[in-house]
Amino acid sequence: MLACLALLVFGSLIAVISRADWPIALGPGDWAAVRFTLLQSVISALLSVVLAIPVARALSRRQFFGRGFLMVALGAPFILPVIVAVFGLLAIWGRSGLFSDVLGLVGLGRVDIYGFPGVVLAHVFFNLPLATRLILQGWVSIPAEHFRLSAQLGFSAWDEFRCLEIPMLRQVIPGALVLVFILCMTSFATVLALGGGPKATSVELAIYAALRFDFDLGRAAVLALVQVILSGGAAILLLSAGRPVDLGQGLGGARRVWRQGGRGIDSFVICTAALFLLMPMGAIVLRGVGGLVGILDVRLMEALWMSLQITALSTLLAVGGAIGIASLAARSSRGWLIEVTSTMVLVVSPFVLGTGLFIIINPWLDPFAMALPVTAVVNAALSLPFCVRVLVPALQQVERNYGRLGTSLGLSGWDRTRLMLWPALRRPLGFATGLSAALSMGDLGVIALFAPVDGATLPLLMYRLMGAYQMDAAAGVALVLVAVSFGLFAAFDRGGQLGRHL
Amino acid sequence: MKTTLSFAVALLGSVAAHAQDKPELIVYTYDSFVSDWGPGPGVEAAFEENCGCDLKLIAVGDGAGILSRLKLEGGRTDADVVLGLDTNLTADAAASGLIAPHGITGAFDMPIAWDDPNFLPYDWGYFAFVYDETKVADVPSSFEELITSDLEIVIQDPRSSTPGLGLLMWVEAAYGADAARIWEGLSPKIATVTKGWDEAYGMFLEGEVDMVLSYTTSPSYHIIAEEDLSKKAAAFDEGHYMQVEVAGMVEGSDQPELAKSFLEFMISDGFQSIIPTTNWMYPVVQPEGGLPDAFAKPVADDKALLIPANEASGIRDAALAEWIRVLSK
Repeated sequence: MLACLALLVFGSLIAVISRADWPIALGPGDWAAVRFTLLQSVISALLSVVLAIPVARALSRRQFFGRGFLMVALGAPFILPVIVAVFGLLAIWGRSGLFSDVLGLVGLGRVDIYGFPGVVLAHVFFNLPLATRLILQGWVSIPAEHFRLSAQLGFSAWDEFRCLEIPMLRQVIPGALVLVFILCMTSFATVLALGGGPKATSVELAIYAALRFDFDLGRAAVLALVQVILSGGAAILLLSAGRPVDLGQGLGGARRVWRQGGRGIDSFVICTAALFLLMPMGAIVLRGVGGLVGILDVRLMEALWMSLQITALSTLLAVGGAIGIASLAARSSRGWLIEVTSTMVLVVSPFVLGTGLFIIINPWLDPFAMALPVTAVVNAALSLPFCVRVLVPALQQVERNYGRLGTSLGLSGWDRTRLMLWPALRRPLGFATGLSAALSMGDLGVIALFAPVDGATLPLLMYRLMGAYQMDAAAGVALVLVAVSFGLFAAFDRGGQLGRHL
Repeated sequence: MKTTLSFAVALLGSVAAHAQDKPELIVYTYDSFVSDWGPGPGVEAAFEENCGCDLKLIAVGDGAGILSRLKLEGGRTDADVVLGLDTNLTADAAASGLIAPHGITGAFDMPIAWDDPNFLPYDWGYFAFVYDETKVADVPSSFEELITSDLEIVIQDPRSSTPGLGLLMWVEAAYGADAARIWEGLSPKIATVTKGWDEAYGMFLEGEVDMVLSYTTSPSYHIIAEEDLSKKAAAFDEGHYMQVEVAGMVEGSDQPELAKSFLEFMISDGFQSIIPTTNWMYPVVQPEGGLPDAFAKPVADDKALLIPANEASGIRDAALAEWIRVLSK
C-alpha cells in the first residue's frame, strides 16, 4: 500500500520530468511564490492549531444542548469546495458583507480583508475545525480517571494542564500542524481570490501556470519537488518531535468535569468558534436555497450519481489503505516515518499528479475511459493521510492498553479485531470514513484535469453553471453538494459513535 | 479488495462500452462549450443531421488546457479538431506542428481581416469592464478615468484566465511602453485578482466590487436571459481588445475530410446562429435572422484592438513580468 502511494507520487513526478525540456530553470517569480507560500502556510497553520486548542478543550469539558450538532458541523468548512467557501466568507467578511454592514451602522468604514489577512482568515476557517477535531481526539484519549484523581489531589487548573494535558498536546499537535501546513501550502484558488493581487501568490499557481500557460513541464516538476521537500522537511521535523506518550489507561467511561469555574471562558470560546464557523455556512445555505428551484432535474441526479460512484470507490480504497498503513505505523518504532510517507501524496500538486498519471497512462489506455477509476484512486490517495492521522493515535492506544491482555487471553485474528480493536476504533474509523467520503464528493481537481468525462460530477456541474452566468443555480448545486457531503460525513461520524457507552 | 476491483472494472466497462458503426469526429474544446447551457448540444445535433457521423465534443479544461492537452498527447492524439483556442495561443499551437492548414476561405463580419492558414474563427468579443448602472453613476470612459475614479474593480490572473490575459494585452496594445504607468494607477483600484472569470463575475454580482473585467456581451446575457437591463459595459476611448476564438484541424487526423467539413459547417449559419445566445459572443458571420438587439455593439469597429498572433506570444512574457512587478509593490 505504501509502495503504491510512493509510486503514485514519485512516478508522476518522474513522468512529468521525463517530458521536460532541459535545462530546467526557476525564475525569481517562482522563488517569490515559494517565500510567500511558506510564510502564509506557517502563519495559517500556527493560528489554526493554536486557536483550536482552547476550542477542543472547551468542547471536551462541556456538555450542552446542540453539542452533537456542533461537533458534526465542525467538519463542514473543511469539506467545502473552495469557491463555495470563498463566497460564504465574503458574505460575512467582504466589502459588502455582514461585518462591513454592521461597522457601517455604527459609523465605521468597511473591512478590507483582501491580502495576507484574507488568505489567513480563509485558511483558519478551513482548518480550525479539522485541527479542533484532531486535538479533541487527544483530549478524549486522556482517561477520565486521571481528571478525577487530579481533582482529588487538589491540582490547580495549571497543574492539571501541565501534568495531563501538555503531554497529550505534545503528542497530538505536531501531526495536526503538519496536516494544516500542507493543506495551506497547496491552497491555490483561495489565495488568489482573497489575496488581493499577485503579491499574494502560491507555488500551486506557479505550477499551474508552468503547465497550462508556458507548457514548461520541467519547471512544474521542479516546483512540485520544492513543495515536496519543504512540506516533507516540516513533516519530518514535527512528527519526529512528537513522540507517542503513554497517557495511561482508564475504563473508558465518560468524562466529568470535577473542577468548578472556567465555565464562562469555555462558553465564550465555544460560542465564538461556532459563530466564526457557522455564519459563512449559514450564508451559503441562504444563498443556495433560492437557486434550488431551477436545478432539481435529471442533470443534477446524473451528476449526483456520478459523484456518489466515485466517492464509494475512493472511500473504500482510502479507508482500507489507511487501516493497513495505520496499523503498520502504530506497531513500528519508526511509525512517524511511515506517516510522513503517506502524507507526501498531499504535497505533490494535484496538477502534477494528474499530468504525470496522464503521461503514464496515455500510451497504454484511453485516458478518457480511465477517468472515473483514476479519479477515484487519486481522491482516495488524497484523503488517505487524514484517515491515517485519525487512526494512528487510536490504534497506538488500544495496542498499548489492551494489546498484552488480548495476547495473554489468546485473542487473535477475527476475535481480536471484533472484541479488542473494533470498540476502540469505530469512533475514529467513523470520523475517517466520513471525512474521506466528504472529501471525495467535493473534489474537482483531478477529474477536470485528467480527463473530463461526458457526464459531470456535482462540483463540475457547479462550475459549468457558473461559467454559463447561472450563479444562482450554481449556488443551488453548491448547496446540494454541501448537503450530501455533510450528510455522508455526519452519517459515518455519528454512526461510529452509536451505542458507545461501555 | 476483490470487490473493489470488480467494482472498478464494472465502472470502467460502463464508460468504455460504446458501439462504433459511424465514423467518429473527435473535437477537443473547452468546458463551457459542451455544457448544457453552451453551444455544444445544439452544434452536435445540427452537424450530425447531415454528416452521417458521430460528433464527439470533449471538454479538456479551458483554452490553454486544450493546447497543453494536445502537446501532452503529441502525435498520439485522437482529436481531429481543436476548437476554442484564441489568438494568444494560435502562434504557439501552429509552431508545435500539430495543426494542419484548413484550406478554407471565408468572409467574416469582424473588425479585423483574417488570413491565418491554420485556424478559422468561430466567434469573437470585446473585453470590457461591466458595471451595474443602478450603482455606478460616474462611468469611466477610459483607463485614465478609471484610475482617477473611486471605483473598485476585480480582474483575473493572466496566468490562469483568458480575460485576465486579455486585459494584460489590452493595456499593452493601448499604451505600449506606457503600460506600467497604467498598471500603477490601476493597482489601488483592484480589490483582488481571481483565478478565473467565474469567481470574479460572482463577486461582482454579489456587490463586492463596482466593476468586473468581462465582455461587452455580458450585459446581453442579462438582458436576454434575465430581462435585467441594469448591467452595462463601459466603452473606453482607448478602444477595446478583442478575443477571437478559433478552431483548427489536427495534423494526422484519421478523419481529415470530416474535420474539414466540420470547419466549413462552423462558419455556416447552422453553427453561427447558435453562438450568440449560448456562448454569449459575436458570431463571425451574421446569422440569417440578424442579431438580437441586445447584441448591439457598444464599440465602433475602428476602436478594435488586437495584437497579431505572431507578435502576441513575444509580447506576453515581458508584459506579464511587468504586471507582476507593478502589482506586487
